[in-house]
Amino acid sequence: MIPASFDYHCPSTLQEAFALAQEYGENAKYLSGGHSLIPMMKLRLASPEHIIDIGRIDGLSYIKEEDGLLKIGALTTEADLEFSPLLQEKYPIITDAVKLIGDPSVRNKATLGGNLAHGDAANDHPAVMLALRAKIIAQGPNGSRSIDIDEFFQGFYTTELTQEEILTEIQIPAAGSGSGSAYHKIERKVGDYAASGVAVNISLANGVCQEIGIGLTNVNPQPLRASRSEDALRGKEVTDELIQEAAKMAGEDCKPTADLRGSVDYKRSITKELTKRMLNLAIERAKA
Amino acid sequence: MKKVTITINGESHTQEVEPRLLLVHFIRENLELTGTHIGCDTSHCGACTILLNDKSIKSCTMFAVQADGAEITTIEGLVTNGNLHPLQEGFKEEHGLQCGFCTPGMIMRSIDLLNHHPNPSEEEIRWGISSNLCRCTGYNNIVKAIQYAAKKMKEETTVEAAAN
Repeated sequence: MIPASFDYHCPSTLQEAFALAQEYGENAKYLSGGHSLIPMMKLRLASPEHIIDIGRIDGLSYIKEEDGLLKIGALTTEADLEFSPLLQEKYPIITDAVKLIGDPSVRNKATLGGNLAHGDAANDHPAVMLALRAKIIAQGPNGSRSIDIDEFFQGFYTTELTQEEILTEIQIPAAGSGSGSAYHKIERKVGDYAASGVAVNISLANGVCQEIGIGLTNVNPQPLRASRSEDALRGKEVTDELIQEAAKMAGEDCKPTADLRGSVDYKRSITKELTKRMLNLAIERAKA
Repeated sequence: MKKVTITINGESHTQEVEPRLLLVHFIRENLELTGTHIGCDTSHCGACTILLNDKSIKSCTMFAVQADGAEITTIEGLVTNGNLHPLQEGFKEEHGLQCGFCTPGMIMRSIDLLNHHPNPSEEEIRWGISSNLCRCTGYNNIVKAIQYAAKKMKEETTVEAAAN
C-alpha cells in the first residue's frame, strides 16, 4: 500500500516545527514514531500534503523524577518505558500497559506522546494517564501550557492540542509511599486493541483510600474516567464489598459498542471484572 | 524528491527518493536486497523486520526519508567470513523454517531479543517474537532455534573472554 504524495520536512528544533505548521496549516501533520499516522496514510484514511517529522528534535526523550513529578519526554519510545527500572519499580501501571501495546518491534518505534496525541480511545496510555492524573505539556508558537488530562481528550480522535502545538512532556504526580497502580486489558491477540482495559492508581493510609484514579480503555467514544467508582472509594475504608460495588459501577457507566471483540454486555462484564482485579492488584502493590 | 544516505550492512547508499517511499521498498526495490519480505503490509506480521540502529523495527511502517543517516542491518548482512550467524545456524539445525517466508523477519527480531535477554526463558522467547507471525505455525522449532542460538552465542562469548 502506497500513501499519497507529500512533502517531507525535518525540523531540528521546536521553533522550526511551529513555523512549518503555521505555514502549511490544515495541510500539515506532525509525525513522531509513525505507528498510528503511517498506517492511516497507507490506507489513505489520511493524506496530509506536508509531513513535519518531529522525530529528530533533540531533548524530548527522557524519564526522570523532578520537583515531586515524574516527567516523561513525548518522544520516549514504548520500549524505553518498558525497560525503565524507575517505572518498573515505582510506576508498574506504565510497565503493565506498555507490555500490552503493539508488539516488541512496534514498541521500538512508537512514542508515548504519539499514543496520547492521536486521541484514540482504543489506545492504552490515555486510560493510564487518567488514572495517574497526568498533565500534558504542550508547546506552540505562543509558548508552553499545561493541560489537565481530563481536559485533553475532546472526542473521537480529537484532543485539546491546536494545529501548531506539539505535546512535549507528560507530568505525573510522583508515586508516594502507600500508593499502588496496575493496568490490564483483554485483547484477542498481541497487537490488537482492547476489548476493554482498566487502569487503577490508588493511595492508601491505614486501609483508607486517600486518592484514587480509574481510567477505562476502548469502552467509550473517548477515554473514560470511572468517576462514580472513584467517588465510591475515596475517603472510605477499602473492603471487598466496596471494591465489588465500585467495579459494578464501572461496568454500568462505560458505553462500549458491539464489534468483533464482543457484545456490549460482554464488554461491560469484563470491564467490571477487570476493575475488580486491578483494584485488588493496585492495593496489593500499595501494601507491599 | 529528497536525498538520503543510509548505511545498509556496512555499505553507505545515497539516493534521491520520493518522501512516500516506504523503507521496505527502498531496501527491496532500490537496493535489490530481497531477503527482507513484505507480508501483511500493515505492521502486524513482522516479515519486513530489520535492525535500525540495532533495534528491530517493521520497515513497512517507516518512510525511507526517516532513516536518513541511520545504520540498517538486513538478513543479507549476517554472514561473517562465510560463517552463518548463530541464529541462522539455529534455524537450520532445529528446522526453524518450513516455507521460510517469515524466517528473515524472525531472525532479525531475535537478534534484538537476545540483546535484551541473553539467557531467555521460553516465555521470554515467545513474548519476544510476538511481533512476528509464522503462517506454517512452526513456532515450537522457532523457539528451539532461538534457544540453540542463545546457547551458542553464550559459548562464543565465553571462548572470547577466555582468549582475552
